[in-house]
Parts: sequence; C-alpha cells; structure tokens
Amino acid sequence: MIDVHAYAGILTREAIMFRRLWVSTTFASIVEPTIYLLAFGLGLGALISNINGYSYIEFVGTGSVATAVLFSSVFTGMFTTYVRRVYQKTYDGLLSTPVDVSEIMTAEGLWIAAKAGVYGCAPLLVAMCFGLPPSWGMLAVPFIGFLTGLGFGFFGQWLSGLVPSIDSFNYVTSALITPLFLVAGTFFPLTQLPQWAQTIAQINPLYHCVELVRHAVFGWEGWADVWNVAVLIMFVIIARYLSIRRLRKRLIG
Amino acid sequence: MTETPALRLQGVVKRFGALTAVDHLDLEVPEGVCLGLLGPNGAGKSTTMKMLTGQAIADEGTIEVLGFPVPAKSKQARGLMGVVPQADNLDEELTCAENLLIWATLQPIARKQRPQAVADALALAALTDRAHSKVGTLSGGMKRRLLIARGLVHNPRVVLLDEPTVGLDPQVRADIWVIIDRLRNEGVTVLMSTHYIEEAERLADDIAIMSHGRIIARGAPQQLLDTHVGTHALEFYGPPERLTEVEAIAEGMPTRRTGPSVSILRAESIPEAMHERLGAGTKRVANLEDVFVLLTGEVLE
Repeated sequence: MIDVHAYAGILTREAIMFRRLWVSTTFASIVEPTIYLLAFGLGLGALISNINGYSYIEFVGTGSVATAVLFSSVFTGMFTTYVRRVYQKTYDGLLSTPVDVSEIMTAEGLWIAAKAGVYGCAPLLVAMCFGLPPSWGMLAVPFIGFLTGLGFGFFGQWLSGLVPSIDSFNYVTSALITPLFLVAGTFFPLTQLPQWAQTIAQINPLYHCVELVRHAVFGWEGWADVWNVAVLIMFVIIARYLSIRRLRKRLIG
Repeated sequence: MTETPALRLQGVVKRFGALTAVDHLDLEVPEGVCLGLLGPNGAGKSTTMKMLTGQAIADEGTIEVLGFPVPAKSKQARGLMGVVPQADNLDEELTCAENLLIWATLQPIARKQRPQAVADALALAALTDRAHSKVGTLSGGMKRRLLIARGLVHNPRVVLLDEPTVGLDPQVRADIWVIIDRLRNEGVTVLMSTHYIEEAERLADDIAIMSHGRIIARGAPQQLLDTHVGTHALEFYGPPERLTEVEAIAEGMPTRRTGPSVSILRAESIPEAMHERLGAGTKRVANLEDVFVLLTGEVLE
C-alpha cells in the first residue's frame, strides 16, 4: 500500500529545496545541453547538409533532449544522493520518521524525473528557434523525458551507493556516462559505428529515448516505439530495484 | 495485569564484524519514565538507539516499541516516536519553519494541523522570532534546539535523545535541559543516551549504566549510589606509592583510582582504626561517576 504521508513528506522537501535552489539547478541542467546543441548544431551543421533525411539542427536538436535528460537525472541521482547520505546525513534523519528506504528513493526518483521531463524540453525549444518545425508529437517529449529521467535517476542513486568515495564519480562519468551518451545516436547516427557498437546501443536506454524523441517530433513508428517504451520501462524497474537494494544495505546497519 | 512497557529489548545482540557492539541487552522502559543511558563512547548507546528505530537490525533478540515489534512494524513505531540524533542533519539552506514543516508532513499530522504543529515546535525551541531565518545562520545552540523541536513536532509518546547536549556550552545545555524537563513533566517516555554524569543525574528518573554493550547497573540515581558507593567518599592525593599504600590499608573497601587520586567509597562505613591508619583525606559526597568507575573501571567526562 502506498503511504501518502511518506511520499508527500519527501516530495514537499524536494519542492521546498527546489524553490530555494532552482536557479543553480536549472542553469546547470539546461545550459550545458544547449551549448552542445548550439556548438554542434550551428558549428558542425554548417558543414553537414543532412543526416538520414533530417537537417543537422533537426537531428542534433532532438538528440540533445536525451543529453539534457541524462545530465539532469543521472548526475542528480549520483551526487545528490551521495551528499545527502554521507555528508548531510539527511537519510539518517528521514529514516527516523515513518518512511523507509524504498519510499525515499522512489519519491526522490520521481522528483528527478519530473525535472528531467521539463529540462529535456529546453534544447527542443532552442532548436525550434533555429528552424526545427513544431509538431503535435512534441507534446509527448516531457513524458519521454520523465520516463528516461526516472530510470537514470534510479541508476544514479544506485551508483551513489556503489562508490567508495565521491571522487570515484570521475571514473563513473568517464567510463560509463560519457560512452552512454555518445553511443545513443545523439550527435551522429549509429550506422556510422561498427556493428558491435550498434549492438551495445540496443541495450543503452538513452538510445531508446533518442529514438522516441525523434519519432515523436518527426512521426511515430508503431511497434518500434512500443519496443522503445518497453525498454525504458524495464530500465526503470531494474534501476529502481538496484537502487533500493543497494541503499538499504548502505543505510540500514 | 502487566502494563506493556514503552520500550522493551530482550537478549538483543548487534555485531559489526568481529566487534559486538550490543551484547545480550535486556532493557525495559515503562511509559512516562525518563531513562538515562549512561556510558562512554563505544558503549553501544547509539547502536541501541538505531535498533529502536529500525535503522540497525539486531542479530539476535527482540525489540518492541509501544508494543510494535521492530523492525517488522518499525514504521508504525516511528510514527509514535520522536528521534533527536547526535549529529545535526538539518537542511541548512532552508528556514527553521521549512525544516519543521517537512517533518510535520512526514509524520501522521493532518494537513490543517501542520501550521499549528510548526508554530508550537518553534515556540518550544524559543525560535518563533527566527522562524524565517535560514538554519545556516543560526548559532550551534539554536540549531540544537531546532533539532529537538523537529523530533517533537508530532507530539510523540516516546522520545529518543542521542547525546542531546554533546559539545554545547553550559548555557545552551541548560536551555536543552529545560526542554527535556518539560517532556518529563508531560509524561512523555524519554530514552536519553549521554556520557555526562551531571546530565543523567539531573534529568533521568532512572539510569542504566552501559558498558561494552551491556547494562551493568540500573536504578534511580540515589538507589545506584546507595547500592554501590554509599553517601560519601574519602579522597587522597599523592604520588603513586602513597595511593598504593592507601589502597592496601583500605583493603576490603570499594576504592576508585583516577589519575593522581584514590577515593575510598562508602566512607561513612570506614572503621575508626582504618581511619587512623589512612591519615587525612578529603571527604566529599559520592556521585554517579564513582558508581560508574567502580563498576566498569572506565572514566567518564
């Protein structure tokens, strides 16, 4: 049974914190992907006429949504969860009230996902200013961002429970997060990569997010999109399970 | 009919690898009693507190809080419990009122009653005029008061205070004592861990002395004194040879050696002949520290 008090309490905390810190949080989550979009879209776009039938700004504008979602969710899941657990001892406090680890992680994951859904739209709006034609399908983008952000939020939480120190996130970022967003079809089509890389991309949730966003903007592709959604849902379920299991081990002695 | 105690631990064991932090602990706290859990750092006090909230799981034994088995029903138990941790984990970027509002939302308090609960908690902490100040701008004492008020925002039946005044100056400590006194007067069950003798003596109805994960003595402060050390102690200062000599003369009497002194406990029952052989000493009132050192061989602050 869902404990409304527990979720309301955690989400109230997130909302109050966000009201205080929204400028810095939003700046980091939106500006970086937008810079990528402008640099690649306008810079490289001048040299490339089209990719798979899209102009480069259309291609990279839709791809950057996934980058914004990834950055705003996985890094929040990693760093915020780590800092709250190790330095601020926030979870020790929360766990002395009638909430448990699964409620804390799920509620925080939902909050991360909600932000990711909103932040993911920023590159799309910028791309529209540079020629991306608006479409009704774009209304689905916040939901795609939410679902992907939920998975990566939980994934970040899980990583925060694995690392021995906050410095270890350097390895995680370089060896895991960066390849994830490069092998997702964000800035160039996967067909340019060797077959093995294309195979790996199929299990990369971000690739499925990119596919869904492109199809939402330029036209849905039926069962292919059902599969993309199914992969993201599986990712959410697995990442949540891993996150709760790991953090329960860390927080309950 | 036996009344269910507010807190009950039976045969509780908690190990961390090779270290046994809590060793077959039996402890009952009746409702409305303030129990001081007195012991040095590492005695197992904080681990015991964490097991009561379900934040540490006992390897053996059973734990009940207000009749709820823990950890199986720890959520229900925590709804009736207020916990004040040793470490400050307030949200520094938020205001006092916001910190309290979050806690009021986490507890089973109806939405309409939350503003009043927050106002009451601010008044309890004497922070009404700082309601909208960020926690980061408060003094250490104010933060501590707010931390206690946060744990009491839902009027809990049981309050766990983990070293409530550790590291605070005497004035702030006195302020905190006023709050704890008020809880006692309202009939709230309090379990307070401390390694300050004076705090336990001043606030607790009952004291449990904990050492190496076990309760080694339990009773009201005066009862512990009467049972173990009597009313007075005779204290002697001097070089180690003199202290050894005093201990030899006082053979059969309980003694306590601390640094450059040795105290003969139960001074009121020292035989006249032994008095003459001992020579001049300083008579003082016996205290709980005497009890603690006598029973554990360890020294408290």
